[in-house]
Amino acid sequence: MAADIAGERRAPWMLLSPSLATVGLLLIIPMMFIIVYSFWLRTATGADQVGFYLDNWIEVLGDRFYRDILFQTFAIAFYTTIICAFVGYIPAYFVANTPMKSKAFLLLMLMLPFWISYIIRTMSWINILGTSGALNTMMLSIGIIDEPIQMLYNQTTVILGLVHYLLPFMILNVYVSLDGIDKNLTEAAQSLGCTGWQAFREVTLPLSFPGLAAGSLLCFVLAAGTYITPIVLGGPRDAMFANLVFEAIVTQLNWPLGSALSLVLLALLGALVVVYTRYLGVDQIAKSFK
Amino acid sequence: MMMSGWSMIRIATILVYLFLFAPVAVVILLAFNANQFGGFPIEGFSLRWFEALWNNDAIVRAFKTSLLLGLLTSAVSTTLGTMAALAMVRYDFPGKRTISTLLVAPILIPEVVLAVALLLFLQFLAMPKSFGLLLMGHVVFTLPFVVLVVQARLVSIRRDVEEAAMSLGATPIQTFFQITLPLMLPAVMAGMLFSFTISFDDITGTLFWKPGGVETVPTQIFAMLRNSISPEINALGAVMVIFTIALPLIAASVARVVSIQKLRASNRAEKPG
Repeated sequence: MAADIAGERRAPWMLLSPSLATVGLLLIIPMMFIIVYSFWLRTATGADQVGFYLDNWIEVLGDRFYRDILFQTFAIAFYTTIICAFVGYIPAYFVANTPMKSKAFLLLMLMLPFWISYIIRTMSWINILGTSGALNTMMLSIGIIDEPIQMLYNQTTVILGLVHYLLPFMILNVYVSLDGIDKNLTEAAQSLGCTGWQAFREVTLPLSFPGLAAGSLLCFVLAAGTYITPIVLGGPRDAMFANLVFEAIVTQLNWPLGSALSLVLLALLGALVVVYTRYLGVDQIAKSFK
Repeated sequence: MMMSGWSMIRIATILVYLFLFAPVAVVILLAFNANQFGGFPIEGFSLRWFEALWNNDAIVRAFKTSLLLGLLTSAVSTTLGTMAALAMVRYDFPGKRTISTLLVAPILIPEVVLAVALLLFLQFLAMPKSFGLLLMGHVVFTLPFVVLVVQARLVSIRRDVEEAAMSLGATPIQTFFQITLPLMLPAVMAGMLFSFTISFDDITGTLFWKPGGVETVPTQIFAMLRNSISPEINALGAVMVIFTIALPLIAASVARVVSIQKLRASNRAEKPG
């Protein structure tokens, strides 16, 4: 019997150990390693000089170039998140309040974009907005324009691409919290004299806030860490922070500098996640997987 | 008044869905276009771009790499993730909250940072970029999705079925393979599909980890995009869409057929005589 209890106590750890080992060895230790690494120096010969140098950090935190791109990255992520929240709320509301039969179909349709490759969804906008894309061809044939106009490769198209990529995350998260609202509450508000709009503003909107917050966090973090979209849909001046990291690591091979750069990104986005979990908990994000 | 508000919401919803799907539909449309430059106008139906794909060795190779990587990732990550999910759902133990955060940590860390950390750590250990590195990377960031997905579905499996089996004399191992595993199968399948698709679609981490000369389908598309948008990319996009959407749908319907047959079989078994 005693052996049974000991076994019962050991069982979860035996089940967990492979996953924990994987996360520990391939994530936690490497993360700690790049913290140390960011204080080393990459010498002109390409060798690492071990030690405690603040040079990388001074460069990353002091250089205007990095600060400007960091600011631009956060601005792009911010606009993307705001647009996703406004554009995503309406379909989420519709799906949550629609009759059961079409609901399943609409939800399935919302899952589909997750199964369609990100790079394909991003590049698909070239077919729409490019010089021989759908819009230009249409406008040329109607005669609004005489020559194709260049609509691609600017900050707006980067935001457009990101919104297109991240919108399903927002809709699903908002849907989850809207769907969990007791319908009697809005009915009660209305029977107590609220107009439909008032009931929405005073009851539904505040109750859907956790979903809105979870969706916004996901959108912001994913947008701020994006590497592909600015390259495919942006111009030469629309680089985002992840592009700098890639440059430093893969092109310049300056690994200590790249470590410092990625830690800056991690610290800023991590702070957001920490503030979020402090107030709302990770559980809200996990809900959308059910 | 109320009615018109609702129909406005309906119209807005339709527009948002159009926004989500129209560009992808255009990719598929253009994949069948005979026009030699890959854009509009539509000049007739043609399969020439699919033929070009088939004859393009680089693309076929990338497809094989992606497929192998996706299958291995999903096998490893589903095995580990299912075990972890079982522990999280079935047992209470000290430090559970911390473990739970640790397991979802790879989702909360931006992929670029995760990619840099793993790459530099392994380079420091003098391990060069390799297919193995790619696999490790993919396992790390698909693992939390498997844990979440499997965990969410495991909660609904009632424990008393297992207890009944045990009280009727089944050993724990028999119980696991004859009762728990079949009941868990849909959850495990969902985890496998999830991790396969995430791995198959991944690009950011893959760009950091892949050895020179090795391409997966997304990185191959990315490389092709940097030259110019060729009609082949649309065809490849169409194949990818069909592949990643058809696969889950087929899997779902197979799972359904299997479970219906099982249900019938067990009904038959229960009938006396």
